[in-house]
Amino acid sequence: MNKTENQQAWFLVLPVFALVAFSAVVPLLTVVNYSVQDTFGNNQFFWNGIGWYQELLDPASQLGERFFDALWRTLLFSAIILAIEIPLGIVIALAMPRQGIGVAISLVVMALPLLIPWNVVGTIWQIFARGDIGLFGYALNRIGIDYNYTQGILAAWFTIITMDVWHWTSLVALLCYAGLKSIPDAYYQAARIDGASRWAVFTTIQLPKMRRVLAIAVLLRFMDSFMIYTEPFVLTGGGPGNATTFLSIDLVKLALGQFDLGKAAAMSIVYTLIILAVCWVFWTVATSSEAERRPT
Amino acid sequence: MARIVLEKLAHSYSPRPAGESDFALKQIDMVWEQGGAYALLGPSGCGKTTLLNIISGLVMPTRGRVLFDTRDVTTLPTEARNIAQVFQFPVVYDTLTVAENLAFPLRNRRVARGTIKTRVTEIAHLLDLTAVLGRKARNLGADLKQKISLGRGLVRADVAAILFDEPLTVIDPHLKWRLRSTLKDIHRRLNTTMIYVTHDQTEALTFADKVVVMHDGYVVQAGTPEELFTRPTHTFVGHFIGSPGMNVMPCRIDGTTARLDGGTVALARAYPSLPQGARIELGVRPEFASVKPKGAGLPVRVRRVDDLGRVRIARVELMGIPIAATLPEGVDLGGEEAALVFDAAKVHVYADGHLVEGEAIGAAR
Amino acid sequence: MKLRALVMTLYLVFMLLPVYWLVNMSLKTNTEITTTLTLWPRQLTFANYVAIFTDASWYSGYIHSISYVVINTVLSIAVALPAAYAFSRYRFLGDKHLFFWLLTNRMAPPAVFALPFFNLYSAIGLFDTPWAVALAHCLFNVPLAVWILEGFMAGVPREIDETAALDGYPFPKFFLKIFLPLIASGVGVAAFFCFMFSWVELLLARTLTTVNAKPIAATMTRTVSAAGMDWGLLAAAGVLTIVPGALVIWFVRNYIAKGFALGRV
Repeated sequence: MNKTENQQAWFLVLPVFALVAFSAVVPLLTVVNYSVQDTFGNNQFFWNGIGWYQELLDPASQLGERFFDALWRTLLFSAIILAIEIPLGIVIALAMPRQGIGVAISLVVMALPLLIPWNVVGTIWQIFARGDIGLFGYALNRIGIDYNYTQGILAAWFTIITMDVWHWTSLVALLCYAGLKSIPDAYYQAARIDGASRWAVFTTIQLPKMRRVLAIAVLLRFMDSFMIYTEPFVLTGGGPGNATTFLSIDLVKLALGQFDLGKAAAMSIVYTLIILAVCWVFWTVATSSEAERRPT
Repeated sequence: MARIVLEKLAHSYSPRPAGESDFALKQIDMVWEQGGAYALLGPSGCGKTTLLNIISGLVMPTRGRVLFDTRDVTTLPTEARNIAQVFQFPVVYDTLTVAENLAFPLRNRRVARGTIKTRVTEIAHLLDLTAVLGRKARNLGADLKQKISLGRGLVRADVAAILFDEPLTVIDPHLKWRLRSTLKDIHRRLNTTMIYVTHDQTEALTFADKVVVMHDGYVVQAGTPEELFTRPTHTFVGHFIGSPGMNVMPCRIDGTTARLDGGTVALARAYPSLPQGARIELGVRPEFASVKPKGAGLPVRVRRVDDLGRVRIARVELMGIPIAATLPEGVDLGGEEAALVFDAAKVHVYADGHLVEGEAIGAAR
Repeated sequence: MKLRALVMTLYLVFMLLPVYWLVNMSLKTNTEITTTLTLWPRQLTFANYVAIFTDASWYSGYIHSISYVVINTVLSIAVALPAAYAFSRYRFLGDKHLFFWLLTNRMAPPAVFALPFFNLYSAIGLFDTPWAVALAHCLFNVPLAVWILEGFMAGVPREIDETAALDGYPFPKFFLKIFLPLIASGVGVAAFFCFMFSWVELLLARTLTTVNAKPIAATMTRTVSAAGMDWGLLAAAGVLTIVPGALVIWFVRNYIAKGFALGRV
């Protein structure tokens, strides 16, 4: 598309800019404001500089210890999620039917978990994984595993991970499916003629063509798993103890529960910066390898 | 190397074909000789790609057999047929280098490392790809990618035939001729059977020893470019080949004369037994029809004259029928009215579109 | 190919199992739930659903949710359309940076905005209204809508704009009568995603509402009574939140299948 230079286009963009700025900039400024102040209560604030940040980033302090614990938990969670959902999503995308009635059925059933309000997702698994009234929990206990997600740390993590896999793998699968569909038949025909094995077809044709959608999938899943709040909150409330208190849950506890504004604000800023940094690094790496692919 | 025989081949894409119109390929019987360079020529939808895919094994025919030498390969999958196919747009494995691309078919067949290296070097030299062997395949231009596709086919020493499905479609026009000469060169050197599908008659006529013209699922005529040009056995071939194509005029045959609206034409052969009720037409190529100043010959009106450099083509009208004819050099018509003269030996008679042989004049009655 | 069918079937069963269990529970009485574990209700009852449809505190939760989702979708698409048009056709000062900044808003954790939004919307008097939630959701949905729409618009050649201008169409008429129909599927995709993200998001929805605009999520948390947790009622409420989503997917299933081939994926 040949774009023409036209500064008046700003008028078209103004509504979006205003709306998003209102939603983003004002609150962000508030948060930054809170993060450098302390209060005696009664709406009296005084300057605290980088005091909150220092405390936050100091593993020895109470705040810092709490922050880093939540951070590692969240990073571990994201890592496990990506390790399961990305390969599984690819497998499902490869297994999906290409034509016929199966396509519609598969798409509809797969998309279903994506459209369930997140608290209901939590509720579904809250019920499903209980030992007394849930099929899953009951079945696990019947085959001899001592399974109780409200009391066992391993059980709690296992349940949350299974819940997230159930919830979001379809997104990865649908993205990969879209990538696969764009591969012209001639590639598969040529591979047949070249005598390529199933694995060779996967590694030399399918995987490279899915690179772009996989990058998007990894980015989305990392972001959303790193920011996760509702589902684990409904399922375990962050417990047992602190075992499943991820960063978002801890932050909300601090901000809306304890109204510890300064600390919460500092944590918010650092939290956001971590995500932005990781995304920026990932995106730069992903698009630079694409750039070297420009044909000469 | 193989001699490919197609026996009573027919194919329909619908699971339960009812009538003839359901068949993309109607009855085909053909022999492709070992080492021949063939072109499959025809307009879109004539069935040429279907035929190619049946030969390569990507499609299993509804009826009939495919034989390589004497082996029935009809039910054999592509991998087992030793066929190489080059597609319309270049298929290369992006993540591999050019050398790895060329080595791919051999590695899949577990050929020894040493042999692979020799073959790859050989083929790269043949196709002038040696300079780019170490580069990643995805960064190269379309013409080089097509050469890589071709190379992957050639690298297997036992390849029975190489099939091309309109391979020059995405190549820049100024590079097309280079690729075309490479293909002819390869054919001369390796003497492999090559079958080249195209809708472009120039490509077909310059590449092939023998051209197979297809239309609506039938093989209409198979012959050398010369034969197709001078003796089209069907009016379709006459139209399709040649630029401009053959002129076709309805007529009535009377002994050795053809009667047209507007005049008569003397014929070089006699046509005593024409099928009753058939549509009789006269066919003559513009190259064998000339326009002269008004006088002896069929009276025509000149619509316009195209100067093509080598030759001048006059677009004339005989009683409403448009005809293309040559305007010989140096001749000036001087007006709209002119006379059309045919070279009687090159005039053909068609009944319902099919060439009628006729008899030599003076043959025993 | 058999392996593919097996894997796919297992996966689809995995997707449906928890939903089936929820439906199963919603049709049981509380006594049955707490006493035995059965694969289908022995005493089929619709009492839970009846309770929801007749109790205002329950069904109003659905109405609130639907209202802010609809407001948000309409609002997001409305502002995103001109902006996407500008991005796809023009270059202007800061255009690339603006686009990128829009996308980064998707990367901000909602948790970070919980408290500031709480203060902000209280301050401007929109607290506890569907407008607050709708506006709050714009933070994520507008960038997404712009991104999707820009992709579809980039596929419409400028020649169409220019021809319309030559033919004398005033810009608004051109946009509504000619341009919009061409990107209809894009608008559909964008609206679908806006609906989806707004419908499922609940941290902000709960933070910004208390009584008057309470979404169904908040209502669902108060199913504990003296007799213990009202599982059947909870399950029925859950099933009813799945229904809109299921209906939407069913009706757009063909567009999903088609839209994957084109557009911004």
